[in-house]
Amino acid sequence: MKGMTLIVKKTTQLIAGMVFMYGIYIIVHGHLTPGGGFAGGVVIAGSFILLILAFGSDFLNLVKEESGSTLYENLAILVVLFLAVSGLLFGTRVFFLNWFPKGTVGQLVSAGMLPLYNIFVGIEVAASILTIFLALIIFKEEISE
Amino acid sequence: MNPLIPLFVVIPLAGAFLIMILGRFIGELNKYFASLILLVLVILSIYSLATTGENLSLYKVGGWEPVNKIPIGIYMVMDGFTVIVLCIINVIGFLSAFYSISYIKRYTAENYFYALFCLMVAGMNGVVLSGDLFNIFVFLEISVISSYALVAFGVEKNELEASFKYQVLGGLASFLILYGIGFIYWKTKTLNIADIKEVFNAGYDKSYYLFVQILMLSGFGLKAAIIPFHAWLPDAHSSAPSPISAMLSGVLIKAVGIYVIIRLFFNMFAVSEGMSVLITTLGTLSMVIGVFLAIGQWDIKRLLAYHSISQMGYVVMSVGIGMILVSRGARPEIASLAIAGGIFHLINHAAFKGLLFLNAGAIEYTIGTRDLKEMGGLAKSMPATSATSFIASMSISGIPPFNGFFSKLIIIIAAIMAKFYLLALLAVIVSIVTLASFLKFQRYAFFNKTDNKNENHIKEVPFPMVFSMVVLSILCVLLSLLAFPEIREAVLTPAIDILMDPGKYSSQITGI
Repeated sequence: MKGMTLIVKKTTQLIAGMVFMYGIYIIVHGHLTPGGGFAGGVVIAGSFILLILAFGSDFLNLVKEESGSTLYENLAILVVLFLAVSGLLFGTRVFFLNWFPKGTVGQLVSAGMLPLYNIFVGIEVAASILTIFLALIIFKEEISE
Repeated sequence: MNPLIPLFVVIPLAGAFLIMILGRFIGELNKYFASLILLVLVILSIYSLATTGENLSLYKVGGWEPVNKIPIGIYMVMDGFTVIVLCIINVIGFLSAFYSISYIKRYTAENYFYALFCLMVAGMNGVVLSGDLFNIFVFLEISVISSYALVAFGVEKNELEASFKYQVLGGLASFLILYGIGFIYWKTKTLNIADIKEVFNAGYDKSYYLFVQILMLSGFGLKAAIIPFHAWLPDAHSSAPSPISAMLSGVLIKAVGIYVIIRLFFNMFAVSEGMSVLITTLGTLSMVIGVFLAIGQWDIKRLLAYHSISQMGYVVMSVGIGMILVSRGARPEIASLAIAGGIFHLINHAAFKGLLFLNAGAIEYTIGTRDLKEMGGLAKSMPATSATSFIASMSISGIPPFNGFFSKLIIIIAAIMAKFYLLALLAVIVSIVTLASFLKFQRYAFFNKTDNKNENHIKEVPFPMVFSMVVLSILCVLLSLLAFPEIREAVLTPAIDILMDPGKYSSQITGI
């Protein structure tokens, strides 16, 4: 896949970092403001997709990136599941129990385990959307070869 | 709270993703991992079957207690009917996964296969255990989407076409179901099945209620492939790899289709005569039309797929007769007999249809074709496949002493006692036509002499495949024990009680 012109590359370099940061902002404030793991994850995946579209990438690199993002996806969902199961081990021993200290309402570190769920769901969503995108490109490249 | 309940979802879900990660490191051993996971689930489900009995156990996910007796969290419910379906899912799932160890070598990407398989089982366990309408939808999508991918696993032209058809109709079904759930939520402001029942009991708009019922019936009817909604089933079930066909036909259409229909129309909606007559009619239609579509088929897996429609028709018809009697409020002992026949046939169908698809897979594995006309004389070279498929064929056609005979007998007796003579007659005729079409299968596949050139190097299939088929054929014989009163009391009666008594399910959940 070929890259685009210098103007697009430079603009993307400037923007992609900000998009990435915005995604992280949405994820970590998931328990306070609208949005959360899913919305933020999509934004983060968007920043990667922007870079790939602007700079292009050769076929082998794409395959490597795809296997990496698949690994992240699987690990993130296992961590979410582990957090859910950890409720079975502590407190009143219920699946999905929010057993962390709750903190003060409105602060960034509060709401027990919800921020953790948001972070890992964010990683999961970002990785899986990136995987879908890469799989589609790889499929297209394979056809054209 | 019973701590086993969430494990039915957690174990296969974690297993699916562990397979994807471990697959990079342990290679060959990976294929035993899925069977191991499902073996654990089999043990758990049989333990639950033995301990549940009449009790209804409830699991409040996240420990959210009800407020003013209104449930606010996600509830998981395990009762007599649930454990029966859980046992079916996990036993057939384990045997199919074990069978796949040899069978799936022909395909690439084994890791993806086992991961999707575990996801499908997790979704079905979730549907069955969920006590909440929206979670039924979520888990249904998990299991159905992984089954779309599994149907297309061969990525040939036929498989992709079948999978596409399945996706379009499955998507339509999901849309109808979600639409129905939306309508229910709009009126009742709750998603918990028991709570919805209580709210509707307080009074409702008749035409609105009927509209929601029709939406739900057509949505889940599409998933269960009852006759006007059956178009996707023969393609999808015949194109999938054989262990997956066994899962789809033996388990999936029951867990996400029939089970939910029975659960919703007995325990959530008030049983009404109009709806129950409609359900009985649809059941009878699928029973009769399915078998006549089946008899002309020459592709074995297509033939078996059409028989699935027909046999599910027996289940729906029998449960429908039970519903009619419950709605009239007369003669509860016959109603319970009809429902018992339906559930008994549901269990039996999982055993023999799973086995028949595994047999078809074994034949395809050795001689590489599904066309009956190109087979013949396999009885000598493949004794285990031949013997087990004979048991399964006799069992599906209702020949004593196999399990299919007893369940069909109960269904027919119940129909006669309820004075539905026409339905009883049709059930007998369909059974005879089924016998005819399976004699054709036996004759052309195993006994007919052909000019088969490579007859000499046809061998019996490897051990894992033989093992699964033999276990299922033993089950086909043993399940007929369910007809005896003592065993029936222990296994089937709790399930029937929870369905028969309209208020029992909801009052137990909201009362706890």
